[in-house]
Amino acid sequence: MHSLLKPGPALWLFLLLLAAIAPLYVLGRFPTLEWAYVWALLIGMIGINILTGYCGQISLGNSAFMAIGGYTTAILIYRAGWNYLLTIPVAGVLASVGGVLLGIPALRLRGIYLATATFALAISAPSVIRHFDQLSGGSQGISIPPAEDPFGLVSSQSLTSEQWLYYMALVIAAALFLFSRALLSTHVGRAFRAIRESETAAVANGVSLAYYKTLAFAISAFYAGVAGSLYAINTAYVSPDSFNVGLSLALVVGAVIGGLGTGIGPILGAAFTVWSPTYTQILFNTKPDIAFGVLLILVMYTMPSGIAGGVYRLWAWYRRQRAAGRPKSGEEGTVQVGKVASPPEVSGPGP
Amino acid sequence: MLLSANPLEGLEQQIVFGIASGSIYASLALALVLIYRAMEAINFAQGEMATFSTFIAWMLMTTFQWSFWITFPLVVVLSFVGGVALERVVIRPVERAPILTMILVTLGLFSIFNGLSGLIWGYTIRTFPSPFPVSPISLGGVAIGFQDLGLIGVSLLLLFLIYLFFSRTKLGLMMRASALYPQSSRLLGVRVGWMLALGWGLSAAVGAVSGMMVAPVLSLDPNLMQSVLLFAFTAAVLGGIENPFGAVIGGIVVGVLLALVGTYVPHAEDLRLVFGFIVIVLVLLFRPAGLVGRAHVTRV
Amino acid sequence: MALLELQDVVASYGSRRALHGVSLIVEEGSIVAMLGANGAGKTTTLRAITGLVKVQGAIRFDGRSIAGRPTEEIARLGIAHVPEGRGTMSQLSVLENLQMGACLRRDPKAVRQDIDRVYGYFPWMKSRLEQPAALLSGGEQQMLAIARAMMMRPRLLLLDEPSLGLAPIVVRGIFKIIETINSEQGVTIMLVEQNARIALKSADSAYVLEVGAVAVSGLARELARDESVRKSYLGY
Repeated sequence: MHSLLKPGPALWLFLLLLAAIAPLYVLGRFPTLEWAYVWALLIGMIGINILTGYCGQISLGNSAFMAIGGYTTAILIYRAGWNYLLTIPVAGVLASVGGVLLGIPALRLRGIYLATATFALAISAPSVIRHFDQLSGGSQGISIPPAEDPFGLVSSQSLTSEQWLYYMALVIAAALFLFSRALLSTHVGRAFRAIRESETAAVANGVSLAYYKTLAFAISAFYAGVAGSLYAINTAYVSPDSFNVGLSLALVVGAVIGGLGTGIGPILGAAFTVWSPTYTQILFNTKPDIAFGVLLILVMYTMPSGIAGGVYRLWAWYRRQRAAGRPKSGEEGTVQVGKVASPPEVSGPGP
Repeated sequence: MLLSANPLEGLEQQIVFGIASGSIYASLALALVLIYRAMEAINFAQGEMATFSTFIAWMLMTTFQWSFWITFPLVVVLSFVGGVALERVVIRPVERAPILTMILVTLGLFSIFNGLSGLIWGYTIRTFPSPFPVSPISLGGVAIGFQDLGLIGVSLLLLFLIYLFFSRTKLGLMMRASALYPQSSRLLGVRVGWMLALGWGLSAAVGAVSGMMVAPVLSLDPNLMQSVLLFAFTAAVLGGIENPFGAVIGGIVVGVLLALVGTYVPHAEDLRLVFGFIVIVLVLLFRPAGLVGRAHVTRV
Repeated sequence: MALLELQDVVASYGSRRALHGVSLIVEEGSIVAMLGANGAGKTTTLRAITGLVKVQGAIRFDGRSIAGRPTEEIARLGIAHVPEGRGTMSQLSVLENLQMGACLRRDPKAVRQDIDRVYGYFPWMKSRLEQPAALLSGGEQQMLAIARAMMMRPRLLLLDEPSLGLAPIVVRGIFKIIETINSEQGVTIMLVEQNARIALKSADSAYVLEVGAVAVSGLARELARDESVRKSYLGY
């Protein structure tokens, strides 16, 4: 069926190939670095997609996990002299410990309350970082040496340093993307989806809410931690305000705009968020914040299931036009934001 | 940054100070509660809307040299109208949408209002004139600023007016009924959508009051209300998210606790926000109906 | 004169069609009963009239077309609908429920008189005004729902199964009140009932619905006498 939403290996390979050759032929220095950030954000959005899109739990607090990841990397490099590549997995693991700690109270919080609590986490995270200034450098932040590649490709001028950052982030993002696809096709993914559809029914079917919800938070935080680590490496600097609530919003908004509960959603979302502020700045000559908010609201009106959901609906509509009456194939459903029962005519224009 | 206590002063002084700053949290918490009661949603843009209103007041007072006492009521009315319009235009299409949609739309408003304040008035920190005299009065050895008394007075007055409105007026009754029983209310001819808009209007007006009270203390910039919003969340959750009395009590409890933590825990200044987060999580876990909340009467 | 007229009304819930073209007429001042088995479309017909379900076809109230209008605007024309489940506002007090019925009226003096009249019909209410409606029994909630609808001073009162879940003696009391409201205040009444026997006793005319369409209609006393109708549609 619709090749964009349920892409076969061929499409994924094509996209990966495109991403691999783009900095060599198409992208300049600065866009290459920008795309290195896109891959980092993509990882964070995959985390949101797993937690919100598949497991149905809202988190506005993933910027705090990105902070854990970013600071883990910065502190290990700056104070302990670690190689930055080794800090990346540690950053993910420490962030996922944070995810478990948040997941435990989150077990008993739903919808609006979970959103409020995680929002409070995101708001308060920068002040905690400032408080432990012996470790974190306080408001000054920590500068780390720029990342050098272990193969000497940059020093031999085969690659620019931006291209190295780009490829490193791309490889990690691709690996984590594949891992998430694999994970979601196992019983874990089925358990997540069951919880999203109905917690009561999931429990009745023997799904342990405590285990799987905590797991979803842990995985989501792991992804955020790796994203934060790459962010720190790309920037060669961390400060408390890099990990403010706006970053959480960017993650959630990107995942939602791309299309929650779809494989390709985070990719569309990551490209969108990085691309949109610069674009809209030229277009409206305003601060990106305003345009960001306006776009978010417009997307909620017109495509509550994101770009991927919108494309899917168009496709389904096209198929119905062609062959009226033929039953729909059992494809992976796109998630209407929030996944709370609501008639289609109020949450958006029906297919 | 925040209302910070001077740790050298006595306990009574800290408590008075805590009650006064708690009153600010209480007033913004009231605004949150008004919207929650109307549509069981939390407006994440509440603080940014209040900041925007406060900037308008600042502009009227500095650029146009208006007096505080003309500006204040005018901005409250403007905010009310703005709140109603916002609901009718922006919120209406998603009134009955799933919860995440609502959250995201109010987060969109958060970005818009924050950006607008910055775009129009810039990110410089401004001083906002206080309507109250600076000199403190002494009550039994405790010095109380008129500023503090004013803050406490205003939030109690707000609470009283809200109470009167909901319990004594027909419109208040209609708003309560529309929120709880939309279909029954429509069958009685109530325009439920407009009742929601009214809720947003009231909430925006209360938020504006809150912003104009807090700005003289914290000084004005586009991020004025973000920390206040966090403590207002804490206050609202502590008091039971749909209970106006609870919101005020919760606000004062939060204010006093923060003052005490500031006094007795060394170097805790930066940890105030986390304190809010921890209280939210603890209350939601162990007393989700809040300290003064109660279960509803229902009969099956 | 016809106060309410439905012509080929079609209504659906999602893809499931509940009404397949219902046509009926309610004469001003009369009591009309709508009978039929579960799922025949009785409740949907009422919901169609007050705009709670999307409809196609023509619905005219007092000569005006009301199909497709919002519920609250239809209510404002003078149609009171006591829905399935009685629409009790259970957290509000008994008095507040009554006040909500009159919330759009601008004649406070007459409203007070109407509340007194309600006490006349339902004397028990006077001593329980401050209680939350949730604490009332099923029969009391039904009476409160009717009283609340009366506070609107409607021209047409729609009642959805006033007898549902109530003891026979309570049902008789409620139907007596319905007849009184009709005769003393001239309110036209359309009621949906499973209990065909008691409904036909009070009603002037009746419609029997079957699978979303009118199967039989006529004067209530003639239908009650017609053995074949009774046997095949009304089950008594």
